[in-house]
Amino acid sequence: MAETGIGASVKRKEDQRFITGKGQYTDDINRPGQTWAVFVRSPHAHATIKKIDASAALKSPGCLAVYTGEDIAKDKVGPLICGWMIHSKDGSPMKAGVHPALAQGKVRYVGDHVAVVIAETLAQAKDAAELVNVDYDVLPAAVDVATAQNAGQPQIHAEAPNNTVYQWHLGDKAKVDAAFASTKHVTKIELTNNRLIPNAIEPRAAIGEYDSGQESLTLHTTSQNPHVARLVMAAFIGLAPEHKLRVIAPDVGGGFGSKIFIYAEEVVCLWASRKVNRPVKWVAERTESFLADAHGRDHATVAELALDGDGKILALRAKTKANLGGYLSTFASSVPTYLYAPLLSGQYDIPAIYCEVDGVYTNTAPVDAYRGAGRPEATFVVERLVEVAARQTGKDPAEFRRQNFIKSFPHATPVIMTYDAGDYGACLDKALELADKKGFATRKALSAKGGKLRGLGYSAYIEACGIAPSAAVGSLGAGVGLWESAEVRVNPTGSVEVLTGSHSHGQGHETTFAQLVSQRLGIPIEQITVVHGDTDKVQFGMGTYGSRSGAVGMSAIYYAIDKVITKAKKVAGFVLEVPHDTVDFKEGIFSSTATNKTLTFPEVALQAYIAHKFSGQQLEPGLKEGAFFDPTNFTFPSGVHICELEIDPETGATRIDRWTAVDDFGTLINPMIVEGQVHGGIAQGVGQALLEGCVYDKEGQLVTASYMDYTMPRAGDLPSYNVAMLGTPCPSNPLGIKGCGEAGAIAAPAAVINAITDALGHEDIAMPATPRAVWKAAQKAQTKMAAE
Amino acid sequence: MSWFRKSETSAAATGAAPPAGGQNGSVHVSITVNGKTAAGDIDPRTLLVQFIRENLRLTGTHVGCDTSQCGACVVHLDGQAVKSCTVLAASCDGAQVTTIEGLAKDGQLHPMQEAFRQHHGLQCGFCTPGMIMAAVDLANRKGGNLDEHTVREGLEGNMCRCTGYHNIVAAVRAGAAAMGSMRQAAE
Repeated sequence: MAETGIGASVKRKEDQRFITGKGQYTDDINRPGQTWAVFVRSPHAHATIKKIDASAALKSPGCLAVYTGEDIAKDKVGPLICGWMIHSKDGSPMKAGVHPALAQGKVRYVGDHVAVVIAETLAQAKDAAELVNVDYDVLPAAVDVATAQNAGQPQIHAEAPNNTVYQWHLGDKAKVDAAFASTKHVTKIELTNNRLIPNAIEPRAAIGEYDSGQESLTLHTTSQNPHVARLVMAAFIGLAPEHKLRVIAPDVGGGFGSKIFIYAEEVVCLWASRKVNRPVKWVAERTESFLADAHGRDHATVAELALDGDGKILALRAKTKANLGGYLSTFASSVPTYLYAPLLSGQYDIPAIYCEVDGVYTNTAPVDAYRGAGRPEATFVVERLVEVAARQTGKDPAEFRRQNFIKSFPHATPVIMTYDAGDYGACLDKALELADKKGFATRKALSAKGGKLRGLGYSAYIEACGIAPSAAVGSLGAGVGLWESAEVRVNPTGSVEVLTGSHSHGQGHETTFAQLVSQRLGIPIEQITVVHGDTDKVQFGMGTYGSRSGAVGMSAIYYAIDKVITKAKKVAGFVLEVPHDTVDFKEGIFSSTATNKTLTFPEVALQAYIAHKFSGQQLEPGLKEGAFFDPTNFTFPSGVHICELEIDPETGATRIDRWTAVDDFGTLINPMIVEGQVHGGIAQGVGQALLEGCVYDKEGQLVTASYMDYTMPRAGDLPSYNVAMLGTPCPSNPLGIKGCGEAGAIAAPAAVINAITDALGHEDIAMPATPRAVWKAAQKAQTKMAAE
Repeated sequence: MSWFRKSETSAAATGAAPPAGGQNGSVHVSITVNGKTAAGDIDPRTLLVQFIRENLRLTGTHVGCDTSQCGACVVHLDGQAVKSCTVLAASCDGAQVTTIEGLAKDGQLHPMQEAFRQHHGLQCGFCTPGMIMAAVDLANRKGGNLDEHTVREGLEGNMCRCTGYHNIVAAVRAGAAAMGSMRQAAE
């Protein structure tokens, strides 16, 4: 089974439907008697709602109903939740305002949901929505995270004075202060981690459906975690008891975190379907996605690094203001705290770290996890600090990093994490070799001859993935556990269904999970089906995000297979008429030293179900086993990316000439798929660094609300990538997997900005480094050079 | 045979007098999609992508944006790639449309489809139909020997958020080459 087992670049099974147009995305699904929902959204960033007049809309052809926040409150359908409690430095719990599914009395960002119109057709719903008359009292808006906490700023939620949700910290302030006081080598930088809009190419969609006969609800939705959605909607939002609610996430066209959260639209569609007693369907238009999908990043940070005279890092401190938007999204509070600060050690042996984070409300869309979720922000801080510190002390940036790398494991950082295994120097060496660092000086000189500025930048990243050990995150405030589940069902004919709590929305689980099963059970990969995404089929799961499906999802499958093999050996023992502890299972064949007869896996499967060779007292019939896997630690993928680019100072155009990535992901199940994940992550990281920037004006209007104004990376913006892997197996799961889904997005921005600043010869540029920004910075560089 | 439901036109929506040639302000079209002709009356506002997805229930062509930039909706209209979100179905009367569902012949995948599978040129699959249709058109226009730059520039109208394009470029180059060999073999 080597060609279809672990480590093989098996071509994907799911491709067949996608390349022939037979995918089943939520918008492809239509339910009998379906109606359409269109949301009336606030055009103001901050306003009180005086009156909603739906009378003209209700008379509009085909309009069946118009519902508002008042209606949903009457039905006691609760607000949307944030599932991670964060405490401030003073021990007080975070100050969270209420996040209703339809606005109640007040709107807090442009795009906030005010009312929903249900009609026979989409066109009729749109026409009716335009007739809903909302009378607003416009309030001044607090839009900028840097100033929203100042005195005199508009108060967004009464519960959070000065728009401050929490003032959190991590680390040892006294130790850090002492370290800084002990040295004169301090590097200080101010950084903005620019706000991004996830933009999965499939817009969000939902179909809510009420069955009055069964008194049950079914939701089709674009979700990365249908069971979590079901749990939240049942237990916290009160839409239906959990056992009367089915959530189906069919084919989902990308998520990147934005489809983790439980949003207003799917809650409203479900609730409305019961009220109109017909299915209710909603599909976001792209501008709606811009307005109302959870945004990402948006940190303002001041960071400092203290070094001794030999270039050894003594301490790191950072103070960050994190924009949480107008309401707390489902995991919003955790992203700039526990998913960020614990990574501020980077790959370095740093004795003391202290980080303060203010979570701030502004009149903008809610901000939550987006590919990397906190770790790109941390890596940007650390890798910019390290690069600038190296330059300031006249050291080669690679050797400065190497000098400070952690060299022995396990390594306990001062910020909660204990890194289990890695070889950072080996990744750096390989990256330098593949990037042909030796030839850089020559290439730079050649570029200069052509009037171009060439730069090279590093990013030595580390991330905490395989999210996560349940007790650990529970102690940090998470409301849920982060284990994963699997059920392996062997059919009488020997084919296998794997029911997983993970959810594939591009990651290729239907192939990779089948590879694991194929290898361990010794059966052809065509005999295996992976089932995911339906709460009626899979009992429970936590979903796919945080680079967890390999490390956590596959480990659950691994242990379920262990149980299958144990039972199958017992069955084989009965059939072979030998003691079952003499039975061996290898490459799909059961054998025993006590006999020269053997059995294949399908033969044993059939025997398990016909149960002729053993009594019910000796062994239960059937062959189906499940497992829940709770990891014992986070995993720590790491690596070194090197970006080499060329700037044209006359136009500011930046061309990435070569990209080198050497990553340690531990065990690779399917190298082709892993590389694809790295490619995609790098593209998003480059997008953040060079192209993408979400802009709100000072009134809180979203200026970048379509692809006309928000620049998505296209093929012509990106180079090919030179990607290599150097694995040190992860000790905290049976397969040794670390995870790879977010790495590129975590590593890339720092590598790009380090390269641009290297080319320019100064540090004064922010993301996105658009041609305009680069041109201005290049002018500044030339002025500086002329002055010197 | 009429393949689709009658249109609804709300009085509030259409201010102008309805165009001639159909009842209830609708327009009559006859469009051949993937070799099958569909004829009937449609709302004049119907976009080609809506006609394909909703009237004909061919959901392989996708809608990903509202500004004609993402390319998820690319189909071939009389042999050329168009963004079906920006074409009125009414303007396709008498035309031939090929969608992703029409590429494979007799159960045999088109070489460009096969190339995307071989080279892992897709992840979530949502941009893929439009990407493949655009790639076939690129190869039709520029031949089988496409260099990396030509492919990257040629896909300016197609966005992918998952793959980072690296494998898409490899797939398009391989698919174009295979198409080129097939053309030569046929000659």
